[in-house]
Amino acid sequence: MIHDIEYETMPREALEAIQLRRLKATLERAYANVPFYRQKFAAAGIKPGDIRCLEDLQRIPFTTKQDLRDNYPYGMFAVPMDNVVRIHASSGTTGQPTVVGYTARDVNTWAELMARSLSAGGATRGDIIHNAYGYGLFTGGLGVHYGAEKLGASVIPVSGGNTKRQIIIMRDFGPTILTATPSYALHLGEVAEEMGVSFRDLKFKFGIFGAEPWSERMRTQIESQLGLVAVDIYGLSEVIGPGVAIECYQAKKGLHIFEDHFIPEIIDPQSGQVLPYGTTGELVFTSITKEAFPVIRYRTRDITALNAEPCVCGRTMVRMQKVSGRTDDMLIIRGVNVFPSQIESVLMEVHEVEPHYQLVVEREGNLDKLTVRVEVSEALFSDEVKSLQNLERRIAHNIKDYLGVSAEVKLVEPKSIARSEGKAVRVIDKRHM
Amino acid sequence: MHAEQISVFLENKAGRLCEVTGTLAAAGVNIRALSLADTSDFGVLRLIVNDTAKAKQVLKDRGFTVGKTSVVAVEVPDRPGGLHEILEVLQKAGTNVEYMYAFVQQTGSNAVMIFRFDNPDEAVKVLERNGMRIIDGQRLYGM
Repeated sequence: MIHDIEYETMPREALEAIQLRRLKATLERAYANVPFYRQKFAAAGIKPGDIRCLEDLQRIPFTTKQDLRDNYPYGMFAVPMDNVVRIHASSGTTGQPTVVGYTARDVNTWAELMARSLSAGGATRGDIIHNAYGYGLFTGGLGVHYGAEKLGASVIPVSGGNTKRQIIIMRDFGPTILTATPSYALHLGEVAEEMGVSFRDLKFKFGIFGAEPWSERMRTQIESQLGLVAVDIYGLSEVIGPGVAIECYQAKKGLHIFEDHFIPEIIDPQSGQVLPYGTTGELVFTSITKEAFPVIRYRTRDITALNAEPCVCGRTMVRMQKVSGRTDDMLIIRGVNVFPSQIESVLMEVHEVEPHYQLVVEREGNLDKLTVRVEVSEALFSDEVKSLQNLERRIAHNIKDYLGVSAEVKLVEPKSIARSEGKAVRVIDKRHM
Repeated sequence: MHAEQISVFLENKAGRLCEVTGTLAAAGVNIRALSLADTSDFGVLRLIVNDTAKAKQVLKDRGFTVGKTSVVAVEVPDRPGGLHEILEVLQKAGTNVEYMYAFVQQTGSNAVMIFRFDNPDEAVKVLERNGMRIIDGQRLYGM
């Protein structure tokens, strides 16, 4: 089902006309209300009025994650707090996450986009949606929730965790759509099996999985183990949350980007040059309808390519390939964004010395496992095993506290972390996706 | 009245202990007592040696993390109840023993135990007040 036939199947020319009109309005508003954008435009010698066609967008400087951090917490908001009705945030270190805001209209836009996404992924108003994305500052849970209600489906706001209870709910409530991170979906399958519940006998028809990258191989595994059709959903809180792009269940070949709300570009991450359709590079977004938190040429650091070929589902919106990697060192562990520098801050806080550390990410069963190896310097060392074990526990506790991800901490001898060209290898990702 | 102990961080990997003893042997350092505490991932080796400064330096040069701690060497009567008397005295005084291990050499007919206390000064006072004999570092390293 196509939720919004008019927009989702709009001819490209009409769509581009809408994009240009909305882009101009967004630039005017950002320029007038966000000092950061005003300064950035001034430094580049342009005014919003100079942008006369969609190609002119390329003249505007990029916005980066660091820019958002520099304006923590509300510096990038384009409306007074009176008009903000919702705040979300992505994980950060000691008090510096990325904060995003929504007006009532933004919340409604987001719900519409999620209703479109759920429909594209196979949901209808008659469905029961088991929503196992985390509810809270993370946009996953509430994003799906509002979209499901907008669609008119029944939503079970089960959130993440408490897996055994989730299996009972699935067995007894008969949900037909599963929304979760792909790794958690597989974990649900395993736990169900341990409990003697056959996932294939449950009523699930479709699964809408995102918040972490996953491969075609993993899709095959999920579909055969869980007995449902699995589609990929993409989004990031800086742009709006989930619902920026979605695969249609008919093709399952690339994610349609809702271009009437976001303009995508693919750039060469080194030169910043815009690349043509079909070329792999870094995905950049400009929001063109958001009020509270507009982003202009925001660099996602996600690597993908765009495909403008018509799709069997009838949508005219361009498709992005499944995300294949990152241009920075961000890791996604169980759906949580983790930067090595965040772990470093935690270690610094525990010891006030620069630590040598390494993150090892593995997949144990179907779940990601993070091990943080920390070299024991003289400052950290104690002759008592007890205090060394306490140290491990304290680091793990702080990582969980600040980043929301569980980690096993392992103390290792000095110089046991490999250094290449004198620089420590910070991340070993053993997951094969 | 304290003695110095060095401690070395070791990962649970084959050959690590051997590397420590080899390093000390090459430097002509004599190990007088030793204890190893371990977990599934790592261990802490504690050593009393005849030349603490030298041992610490050569191990550090080999890339080990080395610490230095004050411990107390106490003479223990070599008969049933000998150790018990000492522990009882400490317990009554509310002094906590972090860990302890035996010294290789005897002094006369007495055994020697190495104690690691939270508060070694306080512990020494308690022991001496109760007539226990403490062996100071210089004598210990040469025993």
